[in-house]
Amino acid sequence: MATTTDIPLPKTKREVIDRAVIRFAGDSGDGMQVTGSQFTNTVALYGNDIATFPDFPAEIRAPAGTLPGVSGYQLHFSSNEIFTPGDAVDVLIAMNPAALKTNIADLKANGILIVNSDAFAETDLRKAQMTSNPLEDHSLDKYRLFSVELERLTKTALEHLGMDAKSISRCKNFFALGMCYWLYNRSMDSTVRWIEAKFGKKPLLVEANKLAMKAGYAYCEATEAFQVSYEIPPAKLEPGLYRNLSGNQALALGFVAASQKSGLRLFQGSYPITPASDILHELSQYKDFGVITFQAEDEIAAVTSAIGAAYAGALAITTTSGPGMALKTEAMGLAVAVEIPLVVCDIQRGGPSTGLPTKTEQADLLQALFGRNSEAPIPIVAAATPSDCFWAAMEASRIAVKYMVPVILLSDGYLANGAEPWRIPELNELPDIPVKFETNPVDFKPYRRDPQTLSRPWAVPGTPGLEHRIGGLEKQDVSGNINYEPLNHEKMVRLRAAKVEAIAQDIPLAEPEGDSDGDLLIVAWGSTHGSITAAVKAQRQKLGGRGRIGHLHLRHLNPLPLNLGDILKRYKKVLVPELNMGQLSWVLRAKFLVNAIGLNKIQGRPFKQSELEQKIEELLD
Amino acid sequence: MTTATLPLLTKKDFQTDQEVRWCPGCGDYAILSAVQSVFPELGIKRENFVVISGIGCSSRFPYYMNTFGFHTIHGRAPAVATGLKTIRPDLEVWVATGDGDALSIGGNHTIHMLRRNVGLKVLLFNNRIYGLTKGQYSPTSEMNKKTKSTPYGSLDRPFNPISLAIGAEATFVARSIDVFQGHLKDTLKHAAGHKGSAFIEILQNCNIFNDGAWFSLTEKDARSEHILQLEHGKPLVFGKNRDKGIRRKLDGDIEVVQLGNGVSESDLLVHDAHHPRPSYAFLLSHMELREGFPTPIGVLRAWDEVPRYEDLIHEQLKEVQDKRGPGDLNKLLRAGDTWRVEAR
Repeated sequence: MATTTDIPLPKTKREVIDRAVIRFAGDSGDGMQVTGSQFTNTVALYGNDIATFPDFPAEIRAPAGTLPGVSGYQLHFSSNEIFTPGDAVDVLIAMNPAALKTNIADLKANGILIVNSDAFAETDLRKAQMTSNPLEDHSLDKYRLFSVELERLTKTALEHLGMDAKSISRCKNFFALGMCYWLYNRSMDSTVRWIEAKFGKKPLLVEANKLAMKAGYAYCEATEAFQVSYEIPPAKLEPGLYRNLSGNQALALGFVAASQKSGLRLFQGSYPITPASDILHELSQYKDFGVITFQAEDEIAAVTSAIGAAYAGALAITTTSGPGMALKTEAMGLAVAVEIPLVVCDIQRGGPSTGLPTKTEQADLLQALFGRNSEAPIPIVAAATPSDCFWAAMEASRIAVKYMVPVILLSDGYLANGAEPWRIPELNELPDIPVKFETNPVDFKPYRRDPQTLSRPWAVPGTPGLEHRIGGLEKQDVSGNINYEPLNHEKMVRLRAAKVEAIAQDIPLAEPEGDSDGDLLIVAWGSTHGSITAAVKAQRQKLGGRGRIGHLHLRHLNPLPLNLGDILKRYKKVLVPELNMGQLSWVLRAKFLVNAIGLNKIQGRPFKQSELEQKIEELLD
Repeated sequence: MTTATLPLLTKKDFQTDQEVRWCPGCGDYAILSAVQSVFPELGIKRENFVVISGIGCSSRFPYYMNTFGFHTIHGRAPAVATGLKTIRPDLEVWVATGDGDALSIGGNHTIHMLRRNVGLKVLLFNNRIYGLTKGQYSPTSEMNKKTKSTPYGSLDRPFNPISLAIGAEATFVARSIDVFQGHLKDTLKHAAGHKGSAFIEILQNCNIFNDGAWFSLTEKDARSEHILQLEHGKPLVFGKNRDKGIRRKLDGDIEVVQLGNGVSESDLLVHDAHHPRPSYAFLLSHMELREGFPTPIGVLRAWDEVPRYEDLIHEQLKEVQDKRGPGDLNKLLRAGDTWRVEAR
């Protein structure tokens, strides 16, 4: 078996390291997402801490071999606690010239580059708009290049199975995966189990994929292609039982848990939209929990059916992305007016309009805060990490049913598709979500409020003696009858606002990580949590107490924690990094008259740790 | 549940203390009165009735019905009602809507509710005009209609609500007229007995912005010539002297024939509301657009062999639960590949 390497091959040795970043990149049809998630599962099961970043095009199959068709999956795994998928890549697997061209800039100097050399014919190069063959023109000299004939080697390994050329070619990603398992000394068992479950009904495919993977592994062993293989010991995570969890999976589980803890049937009204559809796919499986998923005819029916379900006494949610939430706007105002519990999940993506469907952004915060006609305040909860989506779902549900109010839960594409290990909680660690339906017909008033929460009674149809009418027209305080009187309207507007404000009494006070006062406070929300945590940790270590940095990550964006204003005053500077043009900055400036300094990135990608560190250094200078 | 165990309800039990705010002389009063008269006769507890509406004059309906009621937003009542029905299939849910609400802004929800066969009764008040916004043409307005928004005449071809409903696979489709109280009540009762989606177009007069839209059907002299009252199992006869009928032609089309001169009722089409295929009802629904043909009222289609959407949902839930057992949260959280990190 021939390989091309630029250096002589010494005997391989095994090196123990503490972290690695690996990226699989190829054509949309090359199975990079499957390959990446299989590798992720394996290292997670082994006990490494992980953070992933799947990055794929909006097109299902852009023209093969072209630059827009490149799909990537990045994994950072470590024996220490980690917070980001990693800035720079240690190992890049590039299945074609387009994947090489779009990803090579992120590979570290002297990094390992595994290239499918069978995909570098002149036509392939042309599709990637390359004029010379990088495998031959020395442009890759600063990397450890391994040109592997993935196509031919896979074919040789599978020849005897009698499959057609196309089906054989489709297995080459598993050959590459096998190579990576060898490179990091990992067992192929969990992927073998996955292949058997996935292709169980097609024994030939089971055999082919297993063989391809094992051939990749054996190839490394036999050819000693790499001088070293690596060992990354398990991470020292908090003791407990773990599983690997993506943000959308976590949301689905969180809502099932909220349904169980509240005793309410879960209803999801949803219309498919990237990157939120997986929540619908997940929840539609949980019929044994009595979950009703309704794939509506459009975004508006998705939210209004949920309002109908909430009216009937369900824990009702609707899941979407920014364009979908725009369509739900009027209905969310109705939920505000009729004071019905509802959770609207916005899995943000790049915009405006259709924008960047598969890329991440945090630019819907102001839409969530203000995107309705008139005064229609809605509490907002934001998830910070993929597994945190579980807790955010429970918290949003708790607020919705306790305060009889629609709640917006903000996640984003990065959290939705990214995965991390999750310590599975015991049931008694989950918050209780008590619910009381009104049943007493004596002097029943649909808008009489609980003095503490200001919430109105939840009086569901079918309850004797509670027949009443609600609707989007302004209501008279207490009675709920239609009322157009000026003073009543002002009172109702203020009551609805006060109810949302009162939630501030019911959420934890803000508590910065790191230094509790000092030179710089970083205030942020949502999926930037990982890179900010990593950057602050690194900078504090570096400074060794010479600069005092705090990091405050907001779970509740409306209402804000009661002590936020005080905390902002404890630091000389306030930095607000966001994947938008400065929306939280805008809010903090407006509310607290603070000189919030923005760090804003709008590229459809998360912050790199280095970008944040650079800004921190600049501000502390 | 039998009526014997129920408290005796009367029309008064379904009236609210709210002042009715439709214009004097509006056809909506007659529809309200008919519904309030029919509800007590259905053998259903009052708390199990829900009336849901969108926006428009018709959609004020819930405020005047002493049941559970929800005045939602423009066009979305079918979707709100669908959500409600999936959670509580046991409730008797009626939707009050208009030609603009159901066919313009809410057209999408109307057709999807009908195709799913959600167990809802839909009262579509058709006055061929926008009333609450003060007189613009509607999707059922005839062409060349001069209104505030179409001073030179409207250019849009109108929807025929009945054809649209049948085209959307509705399993129950009927038409009645606000001023025909007896017929309207009978039609409502028919609808109440239908399990799946029941779609009732009620021709309603807006005496302010479109007075007389249905006069050719409601005025004493004209109406028997222009109306064909459908009854299941009866031949299609109409006319002041019941001397005209509808006959099937060899090419499958229909024609109006004069009875007598060798043409008798036995030559006519016999109304079959329960036919599984919608083509016959669709043909009837289109008659009124043709010169010399009458407008059919009554039940055009009542085919109740299709399961209700909400029942299918709960059957599927039960099927999965029977197979897998009730969901166990602890197991769900621990599903798939897991690993244990030991204290060290």
